[in-house]
Amino acid sequence: MALNEQDISAALQQQVALAYADKTPLNICAGNTKAFYGRTATGQTLDVSGHAGIVSYEPTELVLTARAGTPLSDIESALAAHGQMLAFEPPHWGVSATIGGTIACNLSGPRRVYTGSARDFLLGCHMINGKGELLHFGGEVMKNVAGYDAARLMAGAMGTLGVLLDVSLKVLPMPQHKLTLVRSGLSAADALTLMNQLAGQSLPLSASAWIDGNLYLRFSGAASTIASVQHNQPGEVLENDEDFWLSIRELQHPFFASKQPLWCIAMPQVAAQPDVAGDWLIEWGGAQRWLRSDAAAEDIRAQVSVLGGHATLFHGGDKSGAVFQPLTAGIWQLHQRLKKAFDPAGILNPSRMYENL
Amino acid sequence: MTAGCDNHHEVAMISKAELVTQLLALLPGDCVLFETEDLSPYECDGLSAYRQLPWVTVLPNTVEQVQAVMRLCHQYQLPVVARGAGTGLSGGALPHPNGVLLSLAKLKSILSIDTLGRTARVQPGVRNLAISQAVAAHGLYYAPDPSSQIACTIGGNVAENSGGVHCLKYGLTIHNILQVKLVTVTGELLVIGSEAFDSAGYDLLALVTGSEGMLGIIVEVTVRLLPVPEQAQVVLAAFSDVEKAAAAVGNIIAAGIIPAGLEMMDKLAINAAEDYAHAGYPRDAEAILLCELDGMRADVVDQIARVQVILSQAGATEVRLAADEQSRALLWKGRKSAFPAVGRLSPDYYCMDGTIPRRHLPLVLRRIAELSQQYGLAVANVFHAGDGNLHPLILYDANKPGELEQVEAFGGKILEFCVEVGGSITGEHGVGMEKINQMCVQFDALELTQFHAIKHAFDPQGLLNPGKAVPTLHRCAEFGAMHVHHGKAPFPELERF
Repeated sequence: MALNEQDISAALQQQVALAYADKTPLNICAGNTKAFYGRTATGQTLDVSGHAGIVSYEPTELVLTARAGTPLSDIESALAAHGQMLAFEPPHWGVSATIGGTIACNLSGPRRVYTGSARDFLLGCHMINGKGELLHFGGEVMKNVAGYDAARLMAGAMGTLGVLLDVSLKVLPMPQHKLTLVRSGLSAADALTLMNQLAGQSLPLSASAWIDGNLYLRFSGAASTIASVQHNQPGEVLENDEDFWLSIRELQHPFFASKQPLWCIAMPQVAAQPDVAGDWLIEWGGAQRWLRSDAAAEDIRAQVSVLGGHATLFHGGDKSGAVFQPLTAGIWQLHQRLKKAFDPAGILNPSRMYENL
Repeated sequence: MTAGCDNHHEVAMISKAELVTQLLALLPGDCVLFETEDLSPYECDGLSAYRQLPWVTVLPNTVEQVQAVMRLCHQYQLPVVARGAGTGLSGGALPHPNGVLLSLAKLKSILSIDTLGRTARVQPGVRNLAISQAVAAHGLYYAPDPSSQIACTIGGNVAENSGGVHCLKYGLTIHNILQVKLVTVTGELLVIGSEAFDSAGYDLLALVTGSEGMLGIIVEVTVRLLPVPEQAQVVLAAFSDVEKAAAAVGNIIAAGIIPAGLEMMDKLAINAAEDYAHAGYPRDAEAILLCELDGMRADVVDQIARVQVILSQAGATEVRLAADEQSRALLWKGRKSAFPAVGRLSPDYYCMDGTIPRRHLPLVLRRIAELSQQYGLAVANVFHAGDGNLHPLILYDANKPGELEQVEAFGGKILEFCVEVGGSITGEHGVGMEKINQMCVQFDALELTQFHAIKHAFDPQGLLNPGKAVPTLHRCAEFGAMHVHHGKAPFPELERF
């Protein structure tokens, strides 16, 4: 066992139990690469980075279980050695990114719309709730409908319902070949139509993005499939295409280098572009749209929600205000009750996601 | 047999006559059933061993009527059991003796189809297959395909998080829906999820999907549609022993191939299916595998060739490619008729639904064979081999006194063994009434308590489908399941009796 691979769940459990008794707010941290994501963190640091290591990996079962503090890069290397991958292509946003933070934030990359989200690939987890109780939900099997799906509830809950200890994930074979084609001279509206039309055909699409009038389409599959795509689909072949997709996933594309507030906007794939002044980058076949804009938060949210979407403030702007789209009254009430059900003293990442949650 | 739910409100706050009067003020006359002969079709779901007449059955025509019924039931603290097509196999829609059975069967409109955006908005009573049929002309389909897809409805699919034979590649219901509308226990209408991906806030969609009618009433579902694959091909492989077949499955996946469907049947199931469907299955094989690949033509051609080599190398005694669409359909017909085919071998059969890490299949099949001897009851095994979901069919005769109890004990032992090897008591049929005791084996007291806290967040009075899906700690103590978890004995706070 490597030095950085250890089970400190008992120590973590004890710390949460103490915090519960003392009503001490905790700020759950590991690699600290997602500290900017969500509302400003407060509370005493609960460092889970020491709880690391791949617990089990069965390539023929397509299942990997890893402790929450395991670096994403370790997991990706272990999978690559067997020709497999995390099919939700998670962003890292820093070398120290861990699987726990990735799942807690439910973060997915370019492949998300074609293969599924982090939550979709989550099969089970061990966690500590706000009372310091160690719980296990889901498991290491593909199908499991015993009890409520509390494991998937943890994906995207940003640690406000529990401290993730380990996660079991479904993994997939890495496609053998890929090809990115670029079509130029397309408006946002043209690109949206085309992305949706292509997604409705039997094609091995694995990523799509539109920026500055260019539509980038990545196809992945067997050699024969990619050959047939190249033969049948128009567009210029993009050399070193992995650099391009990495730059989008890691927010390093020049588009993201700006002092203006950056918004990540989820939209129905076919929805028209919201009427907000700013610069746009569209990916996920239209399902995720990035906006750099100085427009007022309320205006952006109003324009987006009328089209069925929701907006998240990523960089810049007021991180002490509403970062995620406000919820309707009935849904908000359920959030408060669920928070109470898992974390009655309100000590886990309080107000990290929404104020007073 | 009459199953006992955990008792809830033995004495109702309202008489049946008064309830019927008030319901008739909310719904048209033909939407309220209260005479025994009208109620009897609702006394059980697909698990007919458990029967119970509901007090009253209502069949609302509109979402507003569902809300009105829920408000009335909440006012009088009456239990409500939601029911779709009633094809469920775990007694999840078993009525409550003092409760309202809420059938969603009349909410059966496809509200809208977006062919460009590949989504459909449907009411809960729309049949699973009807969705695919409605969008077929656009080259689209809805992927989850439970074997009851001709009859089962999407509302029930969401409630059970239904799967099917294509789960390994295409996922369960939760992976194929975007949004549901839910009527709460107090009659409020909530939108859960959204037409955009990864909605803001907690993933309530994941929580509600598979919640077996315990958290709310599904009144609308927005499903995602997929393009129909360009090509699909199926290979049959016969094996002289089950372990070789199981190893072959692992080899296919290790080669980086994700089949659309990968099914296994044992000898008894093969022969029953062959008698029934004349699919041309090899009768002398100990196990057969059906492996289907779909996708782009070039991919399928490439992969099917690789699969045939892998199967031969794994020791298959025969590898047969369905040459055309007709022979492909015939090979599937045998598998899809396995349940009714086995049903002809004995007066009754009992279908189990455990999941296991696939590598333990030989071990689990050996254990099932031992138990089969011990209980003197034959078992046919049908297995979604790709995703580890096992369906042992136990043959029995319900008319023989005590035999059903024997079958239940036998089935319970199989599920407990599935948990022991790291699996689950249910892959796709749900817990319902049937597997409530085995929940005590899979989960410890703290986990069950957390489930109850979730339930309480949605339904503080416990009016929705009471007594199902999640057992009380008291019930687990009575059942006496010894689930030693993290070195602790279960339920230390409860007396043993």
